[in-house]
Amino acid sequence: MSLTITLATARRILAQLRHDHRTLGLLVGVPSLLMILLRYVFDTPGMFDRIGPLLLGLFPFVIMFVVASVGTLRERTGGTLERLMTTPLGKLDLLLGYALAFGLVACAQIAVVLTISLTWLGLDLAGSIGSLVLVSVLGALLGMALGLLASAFARTEFQAVQFMPAFVLPQVLLCGLITPRDRMAGWLEAISNVMPLSYAVDAMQRVSREATFSGGLARDVLIITGCVLLALVLGAATLRRRTP
Amino acid sequence: MMKNEAALSVQDLRVVRGGREVLHGVTFEVPRSSVIGLLGPSGCGKTTLMRALVGVQIVASGTVTVLGEPAGSPGLRRRVGYSTQKPAVYTDLSVSENLRYFAAVLGAPRSDVARVTDEVGLGRHRDQVAATLSGGQLNRLNLAVALLGSPELLVLDEPTVGLDPVLRQELWELFHELAARGVTLVVSSHVMDEAGRTDRLLLMREGSILADGSPESLRARTGATDLEDAFLRVITETTASPS
Repeated sequence: MSLTITLATARRILAQLRHDHRTLGLLVGVPSLLMILLRYVFDTPGMFDRIGPLLLGLFPFVIMFVVASVGTLRERTGGTLERLMTTPLGKLDLLLGYALAFGLVACAQIAVVLTISLTWLGLDLAGSIGSLVLVSVLGALLGMALGLLASAFARTEFQAVQFMPAFVLPQVLLCGLITPRDRMAGWLEAISNVMPLSYAVDAMQRVSREATFSGGLARDVLIITGCVLLALVLGAATLRRRTP
Repeated sequence: MMKNEAALSVQDLRVVRGGREVLHGVTFEVPRSSVIGLLGPSGCGKTTLMRALVGVQIVASGTVTVLGEPAGSPGLRRRVGYSTQKPAVYTDLSVSENLRYFAAVLGAPRSDVARVTDEVGLGRHRDQVAATLSGGQLNRLNLAVALLGSPELLVLDEPTVGLDPVLRQELWELFHELAARGVTLVVSSHVMDEAGRTDRLLLMREGSILADGSPESLRARTGATDLEDAFLRVITETTASPS
């Protein structure tokens, strides 16, 4: 692993995004737009205070999943991955470069959504803004890491886009957003216990309800961080220097 | 390091792709500081052989030794430059951004970006986004990436496709200049008129090497005046002889 190569990779991915104004606009604009819609769909402040933070964790997760899986698939099909595999670049250099670049984009994305939510939309939080930002960025990184991993199983862009519903929607259904997890059937709860998004949503619920950084929140943060690292390492294992 | 050891040594290389053997026990050795032409029709296994040389191809059996080490060894990753037939660059980045990134990955000095840009004649396009380059310009950018750093072996898959004759001439001069500096080049082509510009020719067909020698010796052996003819005669010889 090399810090120079990781940083060069992150810089390169950011440069690619800089050339693509529309993607950049969508990355920042779409979650904000969805939050605004949500605020006026619920139209009662209490309801928005409860659901808003959950979706603040969910939107960056979903968007980063899609962007990261298509981005790395392009790298695989465009031949640049094979070229990089003939250079000193380590597999983790590449994935950490992606994590760093998309992590920065996620920060910008969350900063905008959060500013709009807390001012215009009047979102009321019990917890600190710091923990909210931490959990949202981790949610975005989780989406990115799972997207990188999923792209290894896609041969075409069509398949990669299909992975979004396949990987993401079951997690959304089971993460406690629709029905509280402890009220699900036992086997469903067991599944939801091993899905990383459940912990991101749980953490967001705690931030919206609890004033202090509780032990439960700390546990969630640790689990999400662990899942991000695990997905990155598994993603690295799917990159092959030699192919058939 | 031994100065006189072979740049490339391939022994009985067999490769299976998609359940079909595409290289049938290829064997050859290449000395350093020369330009080797890999000639043959499309689909004869040139690209597979080149992928094996740079160590990205899973091989069924046989050995590939590059600059004294097994192909694909970590120690070779700075010493071997590779450009694929289909340009493998970031089309959403400019020429300079592409080269700066690959230079950083290879640990090549920053000044290399300007050097290789000039070597492939893309000076006027350095700030142009790669997606807007013409096919030939994109090929040259692809080649420029392979020239970054100071590779001792260059594996170039059809580097001169789609280039005008003047540019092609310039690139072949560059290849010979590099060889004079000690670089070994393996250049593939399916155009016979390029064969004459190499120091040594490997003629491939259907996954085997049919002939191996200098263009002169090939002409002399077959009694043909041009290489296209020579190639044809070699094919007739090998198919006529009982095997």
